[in-house]
Amino acid sequence: MLHIYCPYCEEMREEEEFNPAGQAHIERPLQPEELSDEQWARYLFFRKNPRGLHHEMWVHAHGCRKYFNITRNTVTYQIMETYKMGLQPNITASKEG
Amino acid sequence: MQQYSGFGLLKHSLSYHENWQRVWSNPIPKKHYDVVIIGGGGHGLATAYYLAKEHGITNIAVVEKGYLGGGNTARNTTIIRSNYLWDEASHLYEHSLKLWEGLAQELNYNLMFSQRGVLNLGHSLQDMRDIERRVNSNRLNGIDGEVLTTAQVQEMVPILDCSKNARYPVMGASWQARAGTARHDAVAWGFARAAEALGVDLLQQTEVTGIRRKDGAVAGVETNRGFISAGKVGCVAAGNSSVIAKMVGMELPLESHPLQAMVSEPLKPILDTVVMSNHVHGYVSQSDKGDLVIGAGIDGYLGYGQRGSFNVVEDTIAAIIEMFPMFSRVRLNRAWGGIVDTCPDACPIISKTHVKGLYFNCGWGTGGFKATPGSGNIFAHTIAHDQPHPLAKPFSVDRFTSGELIDEHGAAGVAH
Repeated sequence: MLHIYCPYCEEMREEEEFNPAGQAHIERPLQPEELSDEQWARYLFFRKNPRGLHHEMWVHAHGCRKYFNITRNTVTYQIMETYKMGLQPNITASKEG
Repeated sequence: MQQYSGFGLLKHSLSYHENWQRVWSNPIPKKHYDVVIIGGGGHGLATAYYLAKEHGITNIAVVEKGYLGGGNTARNTTIIRSNYLWDEASHLYEHSLKLWEGLAQELNYNLMFSQRGVLNLGHSLQDMRDIERRVNSNRLNGIDGEVLTTAQVQEMVPILDCSKNARYPVMGASWQARAGTARHDAVAWGFARAAEALGVDLLQQTEVTGIRRKDGAVAGVETNRGFISAGKVGCVAAGNSSVIAKMVGMELPLESHPLQAMVSEPLKPILDTVVMSNHVHGYVSQSDKGDLVIGAGIDGYLGYGQRGSFNVVEDTIAAIIEMFPMFSRVRLNRAWGGIVDTCPDACPIISKTHVKGLYFNCGWGTGGFKATPGSGNIFAHTIAHDQPHPLAKPFSVDRFTSGELIDEHGAAGVAH
């Protein structure tokens, strides 16, 4: 079971309190009607799905109920950092080398 | 290929079973193959087999980074059925089920295919409406199916808690009598043996590290054993499909999740069919060895680690105990995880790509095992003719752009 640090509650909690909510930093297009079908499909369905470092959203469903971001390794499942919505990750694939 | 038979068993018993032929060899990779299949699981081996058998292409290599059938093929709960809701999906899975029905004879390999039937339980009025709709749809598509009442379910599975006092009372079920189970690793071995007999090279411990292209067409695959030139490349890498796609700069609408399953200690025969419940989310059958084979739902996070979280196992066991209170003292023997490539509409992608000669067969998610022969069969056709098999056509990756999704979430009889 994962132990996750909620950046809002500022505490380590067990995975059961949280729900994963998919890839982080996906921006909803400001003018969806101007997008082509390809661009809209890309926004809706196409995901990075990396083997390695992944930035993803989680929600503290049985806690503060806030969304936040996690940088996690999808092979070892090690959580590298958690950070609040609107912030950028400190650890990225390029920085990790 | 040495033919297996009862007589052969008797003959070899005289020499203490010491002279059986090796089932397949470990060839040195050739410089060039007409077709390279990436992924030596059931689907990949089936593809190679049908390419050789039905399309006359025998200069084929199956490259596998681990060992044959070491991924999801041997990590699933072995359930085979075709009671899907939508026409496209039910035709695909029914095509597969029909192939299953003659497969052990065809491959001369005992797949322990057992048409013991599958029950999909309904626990609410809405469940029952969905079941009625799905069974009617199946029957219109020529697929067997029946709606059973609670009493009929109870008669069929006496140990199932059908009492009114259950937390989620059983209100009925759909029943597909032709559905069942098969021994999953035997399926990979059977296809591997039959494919090699037709001239296919099975390259284990060979990991693809890159795909070489020339003038917009595929030229071959880079591996840890050197470059292998190829006329066509078919990718059947399940959970690792996105990794392969990235090698040619392609993104797929896939997410790889851990999916867990587990078996109990062996018991005397107690359950002679497959029981699945969408609502409490658990499914269970009993293998011929006697252990209960139990499947969980996916872990919600991305994972390539072939293991999931313990709380998912706990939830699954709770569901099984809810349905079968008498299993509460059964001990689990083993639990494991596989990496499933889930698609937004819970249907596979069988598709050509923007790279000429590169084909993808992926996105089977939580339900690929049942489709093993069918998937291989239509993917082989797609590769051989460079255009999708009629059954594969609706499963092109273009459907996510055109909006022609085949939404089998929940409709397929089990939540994904």
